[in-house]
Amino acid sequence: MSTVLNITNLSVKFPTRFGEFTALDKVDLEVNAGEIHGLVGESGAGKSTVGAAIIGLLQSPGYISDGQINFMGKDLTQLDQDSYHELRGQHISMIFQDPQTSLNPLLTISAQLIETIRQHADISIAQARERAIALLQETGIHDVENRMDEYPHQFSGGMRQRVVIALALCTDPELIIADEPTTALDVSVQKQILALIRTLCTERNIGIILITHDIGVINEVTDQVTVLRSGRVIETGLTAEVLGTPADEYTKALMAAVPRLDKRLERFRNIVKDDVLSAEDTSWKVAGASAQFASDWLLAEQAESSRQTPQTTLEATKQQSTQLSIEQSTQDSSIELSKKSTLQTAPQAILSVVDLAVTFHSGQPGWFRKKAGFKALSGISFDMQQGQVLGVVGESGSGKSTLAKAIVGLVDPSAGDIFFRGEALPPGSVRARSHQTRRQIQMVFQDPYSSLNNRRTVEDIIAEPIRFYDLANDKQLIRKLVASVLELVEMPQRAMLKYPHQFSGGQRQRIAVARALVARPDFLICDEPTSALDVSIQAQMLNLLKDLQQTFGLSIMFISHNLAVIRQMADSVVVLKNGRLVEVAETEQFFNAPADPYSQMLLRETPSLSLLQANG
Amino acid sequence: MFESLRRSALENELFYLFLNSRVAQVAALVALLTIGGAALAPLIAPTDPYDIASIDIMDSLIPPVWSEDSDARFLIGTDDQGRDLLSAILYGTRLSLMVGLLSIGFASVLGVSVGLMAGYFGGRFDAIVMRIADVQLSLPAILTALLIDGIARGILPRDKHDGLMIVVLTIAIGLSLWVNFARTVRASTFVERNKEYVQASEIMGMHPLRIMLVHILPNIMGPILVILTVDLAVAVLLEATLSFLGIGVPANQPSLGTLIRIGTEYMFSGEWWIVIFPSGMLITMIISINVLGDFLRDAFNPRLR
Amino acid sequence: MLSFIFRRLMQSVFVMLAVSLIAFSLFRFVGDPVAQMVGQETSIEDQENLRERLGLNDPLTTQYLRFVGNLAKGEFGYSYRTRQPVSEMILSRMPATLELGFVSLIISLLVGIPAGIYTALKRGGILANAILVTTLVGISVPTFVIGIFLIYVFGVELGWLPTFGRGETVQIGWWQTSFLTWEGWKSLLLPAITLGVYQLTLTMRLVRAEMQDVLKTDFVKFATARGINYRSLYFNHAFRNTLVPVVTIIGLQLGGIIAFSIVTESVFQWPGMGLLFLDSIRYVDIPVMSVYLVLIAMMFVIINLLVDLLYFAIDPRVRLKGAHG
Repeated sequence: MSTVLNITNLSVKFPTRFGEFTALDKVDLEVNAGEIHGLVGESGAGKSTVGAAIIGLLQSPGYISDGQINFMGKDLTQLDQDSYHELRGQHISMIFQDPQTSLNPLLTISAQLIETIRQHADISIAQARERAIALLQETGIHDVENRMDEYPHQFSGGMRQRVVIALALCTDPELIIADEPTTALDVSVQKQILALIRTLCTERNIGIILITHDIGVINEVTDQVTVLRSGRVIETGLTAEVLGTPADEYTKALMAAVPRLDKRLERFRNIVKDDVLSAEDTSWKVAGASAQFASDWLLAEQAESSRQTPQTTLEATKQQSTQLSIEQSTQDSSIELSKKSTLQTAPQAILSVVDLAVTFHSGQPGWFRKKAGFKALSGISFDMQQGQVLGVVGESGSGKSTLAKAIVGLVDPSAGDIFFRGEALPPGSVRARSHQTRRQIQMVFQDPYSSLNNRRTVEDIIAEPIRFYDLANDKQLIRKLVASVLELVEMPQRAMLKYPHQFSGGQRQRIAVARALVARPDFLICDEPTSALDVSIQAQMLNLLKDLQQTFGLSIMFISHNLAVIRQMADSVVVLKNGRLVEVAETEQFFNAPADPYSQMLLRETPSLSLLQANG
Repeated sequence: MFESLRRSALENELFYLFLNSRVAQVAALVALLTIGGAALAPLIAPTDPYDIASIDIMDSLIPPVWSEDSDARFLIGTDDQGRDLLSAILYGTRLSLMVGLLSIGFASVLGVSVGLMAGYFGGRFDAIVMRIADVQLSLPAILTALLIDGIARGILPRDKHDGLMIVVLTIAIGLSLWVNFARTVRASTFVERNKEYVQASEIMGMHPLRIMLVHILPNIMGPILVILTVDLAVAVLLEATLSFLGIGVPANQPSLGTLIRIGTEYMFSGEWWIVIFPSGMLITMIISINVLGDFLRDAFNPRLR
Repeated sequence: MLSFIFRRLMQSVFVMLAVSLIAFSLFRFVGDPVAQMVGQETSIEDQENLRERLGLNDPLTTQYLRFVGNLAKGEFGYSYRTRQPVSEMILSRMPATLELGFVSLIISLLVGIPAGIYTALKRGGILANAILVTTLVGISVPTFVIGIFLIYVFGVELGWLPTFGRGETVQIGWWQTSFLTWEGWKSLLLPAITLGVYQLTLTMRLVRAEMQDVLKTDFVKFATARGINYRSLYFNHAFRNTLVPVVTIIGLQLGGIIAFSIVTESVFQWPGMGLLFLDSIRYVDIPVMSVYLVLIAMMFVIINLLVDLLYFAIDPRVRLKGAHG
């Protein structure tokens, strides 16, 4: 095997107002022909910067301060702009993350391919077209002759990524840099694209650098892997060795934080700690505030609220619903419930969804015509038990977020009912602003960067539910509570003085959890709460949620596209596909023997972590 | 302590960018001087150009002090009626700025509240408001202002008309500019309302008014500030244009536009100072506002950085 | 595609109805039409007869419908000031304004678009910065000051170009054109530049901003990574993708050109519709005002429809969405 690329001692710096930021620090990397070399790391590791530096498209004002990039005997750092540009496409090519945005929307697929081919080879349009057809066929596009004159928006996401790959390949490059090539795709498509990259790499003897944050992808397809952290190479070697027997402490911790599809862990251990707290942060306290205080306050309310009894009983429709595992008949249970309401032991359905449907009417409000609308959900029925964690799984477009929105009242159901503790939940548009479920049901959102109001202090953000639901009036008490709840979610109390933008994604998500918790909810909906987070932060977050769930006996609806995360968190699982319910099962049963073919496919297509050592 | 102060100042994007933009600093200084000069006109102006008693027609068309036949009393000369040009310019700037600020205040209050509601509630209300905005847009600002002025002339008796002219002008300019605010605020509100922090407030059952004012408004202040600045320049320009066309403020209270109009009549006969100095003042003022507007736009637009 | 055009047409009709309602209210409620038409000495009785004959005692909706009907038939009534038919007055002035607007639009596009592309590509370059500073002056200096300045330099000091009027024109049918004589072109130059400068600046800044955005997109980065030559990269890939917003704004600007021609025409005593409108405001000549208003809105609506059609030519996403239903 010949070496295509050999990077030695590469350093990249970005001048900023706080001084020079070192994005890459003495990075070494070697890529061979016919080999996929994985670059893995969490955000800020500098993995994309490596790719940009190789292809000479570092974002200004970044620059290479030191080191060499040897590509086929030439040092790329010495090239002038024009020679560099000739190299691009011809010898080094790139695959971008999002196929939705990486194709020119105004040009046909064939035009983009032919232009690229003819840019680097002196051949006629007809010859270029022939070559384009062959390439598209090779990348797995069907009916090429007809489809190649269509525009990018007429292709699905997976198909577009195939076109992108064809474009990257069309000049026979020696090296391809693939920057998160499957991150924007669903798992079922991801596996196919990875397989395609693997095949092309082997057949054409190309060196490929695969940049990803996903250990599963690394495990699935790479030969070698380099682990980056904060611009430094932590560990490099054969994938099997690095993943199986990591030498470095960081790599070990990183591997331990990856949620496993094959088994459920009680907790993630060996967590990467990288929040640097100053003495100023840790020593600042509100008098009397502590995690214990928050915990006591929250539990005191729990005892109270469970003493309330449901006002109405479930209707007969309830009988038809898909049931999980209720021993007593539903009508009995609700009567029973009112009798022994002071006890929390008996399992009871905290949430029942009966034949729920949601239809979206797209576009502007029409005065002249009614549109058919898009069915985001239809015929959804399931029960959820008090004190349990229910996992809701599905690919993009499955309607899992719509389900959450229907429950909290952000969208109105077009049919069906939702019962909360046996009581019918009115649709969002007619649900009273003072309805008690507005407090009892709380939500943690996906994107910690948009779920907190950046113009308010953390104290204001967390105190708002306390004041709004009238849970406490005394200013001193509220302040103490905010500080205590912050400590409960493992944040320094001093955080309350700052604004959200001063925190990392993981810290923001803790603040979001604190905001939900302080309302003293019975039921928490977590909509992809960790999908925007790095894997080590995700592990911390999942640990926190598990702890809180156990301490306060919360019922949690945990929505995720990531089956491995679901396995770690959920007691039972609901699978959605294109707005329909596919399967409802106990978690262990689901992962050991999924009943529905779709569930089986999902499990099969999720990248395995076979190389990771079986720790526990 | 000092270190943390410096750090938090650096973290404040706007402040940092401002400290690094010499152009913005100069523009801010010029704008401050102009506004200060205009606000303090009654205190610092050598004479009161509105006071007919102090004006002597014999002093008319005197050139600036560095020219021949000048008069030491009039630093940059006098106009055709014998008013001290410097005083007239200071008072004129005051009037121009006042009309500009008032009309922008009017336009922003109207535009921001309509835009917030349209962006937040969407649906029919939004559709209707945006159709009205379409109609308004099909009539460019200057046309709207001229039209309202024309209507006022038709409705108000002639003697009342002059006295109310400034009010009419303010309303005319304000009404022609509210759409800019409404559209920008609507678009920004629409983006914000789909963000999760707003959804969180909705789930809680918070009153829409509170969501709009407490949560959304502070988050869209950036674009509002930009429009506020850019449109202040437009408003001052509009006022000057209307006055130049002889339709704006009455002649006994000269604004910069009126002075320039008077100046053009004497331009060909060699009395250049009457047109040059007011024009210079007007251009300086508008450029400084526009530079600040550009600066704010770049500062609030992360895409350009 | 048809449904899209139909929707746009409905919107246009709505805009036109709204504007004609404003025009009607102007006509009906600002001042008393009868008092304007007759002399002081006319008796109350005669006035009342005239009122009846003009249909001013009919229900307002009837009057409005009649007003719209007359507009549609091209019957615009008579000017209070000159007693001439408004249609004649406007028709004789229209060519002057349209030719002025057309030439200044061409100037603003021919200079504005290349300058915008250039400044977006050469960020921080000396020439690019110089252009940017110039445009800042361009949006800050009022149109009338630019006009005065040009008159002073080229008309008074240098004496090269005429400073007012249209010069010699040629009559083709009812259309008087400046395009066929040397004098006509010379007279047109200064007003067209005056009117064009502001639009030019706006066009340039818009093209620049849009180009900068597009240059940051993934597909341009991807095309760069494929080694596509810079010319194709900038024009075929980047500039083409700015066309939708650019065309939209240029459509809006045309309205601006027509409006600002009022000022330019006033400075250069250009005998166009703007000058007529200005006079009609000064003398509260309501029929002329309201018809001018309707005409401007009409032009605007037509331009916007054309812009919508251009979208189909530019963007396959719009085109094909319509075709697939």
